Amino acid sequence: MPVEAPPGDAPELEDTTEVATLGLEHQAERAKARQGFLLGLPTIVYLLIFFVAPLGFVVAYSFATRTSTGRTELRDFNLNAYARLGDDIIMTVAWRSLWMAVLATLICLVLAYPLAYFISTRSPAVRNMLLVAVMIPFWSNFLIRTYAWRVLLDSDGLVTQGLELLGLGDGRILFTSNAVILGLVYGYLPFMVLPLYAAIERVDWSLVEGARDLYASGWAAFRRVVWPLSRPGVIAGSMLVFVPSFGAYVTPAILGGNKEGLLGSYIVLQFLSARNGPVGSAVSVVVLGVMLVSTLIYFRAGGKNL
Amino acid sequence: MNGTTNGQGPAVELAGVVKRFGDRSGTEVTAVDHIDLTVMDGEFFSLLGPSGCGKTTTLRMVAGLELPTAGSIRIHGEEMGLRPPNKRPVNTVFQSYALFPHMTVAANVGFGLEMRKVPASERKDLIDWAIDLVEMGSMAHRKPTQLSGGQQQRVALARALVNRPEVLLLDEPLGALDLKLRQQMQFELKNLQREVGITFVYVTHDQEEAVTMSDRIGVMHEGRLLQVDTPEAIYERPTTRFVADFIGQTNFLEATVASGEEVVLANGDRLRLSSDQPSGSSVAVTVRPERLTVHRRGEAPMDRHCVEGRVETVTYLGNAVVYGIGVDWMHLEVRCPATLAGDRRDVGDDVTVSFEPDHAAVVTG
Repeated sequence: MPVEAPPGDAPELEDTTEVATLGLEHQAERAKARQGFLLGLPTIVYLLIFFVAPLGFVVAYSFATRTSTGRTELRDFNLNAYARLGDDIIMTVAWRSLWMAVLATLICLVLAYPLAYFISTRSPAVRNMLLVAVMIPFWSNFLIRTYAWRVLLDSDGLVTQGLELLGLGDGRILFTSNAVILGLVYGYLPFMVLPLYAAIERVDWSLVEGARDLYASGWAAFRRVVWPLSRPGVIAGSMLVFVPSFGAYVTPAILGGNKEGLLGSYIVLQFLSARNGPVGSAVSVVVLGVMLVSTLIYFRAGGKNL
Repeated sequence: MNGTTNGQGPAVELAGVVKRFGDRSGTEVTAVDHIDLTVMDGEFFSLLGPSGCGKTTTLRMVAGLELPTAGSIRIHGEEMGLRPPNKRPVNTVFQSYALFPHMTVAANVGFGLEMRKVPASERKDLIDWAIDLVEMGSMAHRKPTQLSGGQQQRVALARALVNRPEVLLLDEPLGALDLKLRQQMQFELKNLQREVGITFVYVTHDQEEAVTMSDRIGVMHEGRLLQVDTPEAIYERPTTRFVADFIGQTNFLEATVASGEEVVLANGDRLRLSSDQPSGSSVAVTVRPERLTVHRRGEAPMDRHCVEGRVETVTYLGNAVVYGIGVDWMHLEVRCPATLAGDRRDVGDDVTVSFEPDHAAVVTG
């Protein structure tokens, strides 16, 4: 990089040092920025090739033309695929995806909050142990764990038998929407617990004492102080559960038996079976849009970290 | 809760209060060790002591944030027992202020009123009153994070005072402020206390703060309450070596009790000073540096007690001169009003140090 010469005519003697210093400062800043860019370069290139470019393809495909043989050709760009989005079948699948994702998120929140609260109020040693316990499921593959549920929920599986023994219905859950929600909650619960824990743990306990001192009952102190201050964690956790649930593929495929298909399954169906790339891409673009909006809402709500 | 009338009986009574904390290894730490204390209505009472002396724990037990291991705490005659903090007629100003970061100044101040279900119409007037009281009127709609330390401190004070508690507990509220602001706030706090007439129990490790503001001070050390008295009595007539040393500078002259009315200094001099210690027990006589006078050898007046020594150091402080005087059996510090250089003693001068027996006190420990 060329060294910048002091501007204008030769300055007066007194000013020389200051001008020179400013120049050096500027150079140092530029060098720092360049260094940062170079360090990030490999990852930037990786993301461009494997993330941004494919995403571009999906967007391009959604406007592409489907030939009579089911091939997708990048010509005569049109909105035909988007026009199909209002079809009953797609709307049904979309609404089902939405309410299942919302329900899974709410159930996760209700289950995770007390647990996160409990963990964050333990001594540091116990806390770490419990956090590791929350993360243990990640040590085995998601697909395998989902298949394990299938075994448990099978007609002679432990859960089914147990429910029947207890006289709680015929216990047939597998291949129903309940099974899908169960699977989603099971799979994404840790993603709710961890940000909630981080948020609750950050709440200054003296604020609770302050509230109690100002005549707040334990419940009022929670509602007015702990809950609002842990809201970034609630939003982050909800995002982390809602977004993957909304586009879930594996869980509904394995536990829902494809009768209760969600958007993820529908997209796969379009690409592999219906051979309709443009419609599959258009649905993908819309799903991505929903997720993007959710993320923006999260940042708007003042969340700083995921 | 407007039960505050000046000088009508006890506001807070602690009787045999003990607090032990168990640590992980199972050993117990006694933070507060059998404290008996009565704070009177309308009084500005300070609990003074070094960090870890148990003063904050004592305050937290009155607030209900900790429960005593043993003993009884009464507020205006009512036994507090296991009552949770929200059911006690006290409010606390925390050292960290504990302002709610997600609420405005006005919402912070109104929190206690809201929790006690004071009607919104009344609430507004009370909030305005409290915010004006601490001169934060223009900041009512700011969030605590937008305020300076001193301003946060005022909000914390308003948030507690707005509830008109029977007793206000203050836990080192000025600790986080710089010196100048601290001195200003000391003055304002004292005025405020007079104005609202609420009993203040004030915890601090700063002896100057305690002396400046308090009606009475209780000095704590290692969980025990060593002495409870007016600032003047604590300063002039300390009963233990720790209290004498903790409150200001002092000199200790080792001594032995001869009888109830007389002590013998280590050099054999006898001094008429009363002590409640048995004869033969070793004590110390404490005299403040400013209560000592330096004379040329032999010029000391007869009615004062004298010790002979030699000037070792002379420190000029502007408004005072401090002499370090070596006596053969000890070292004394003398603080004199500054005189012109010609009138000062020099290093190496043989001098006599004198003091009035009234200005000395016998301390134990």
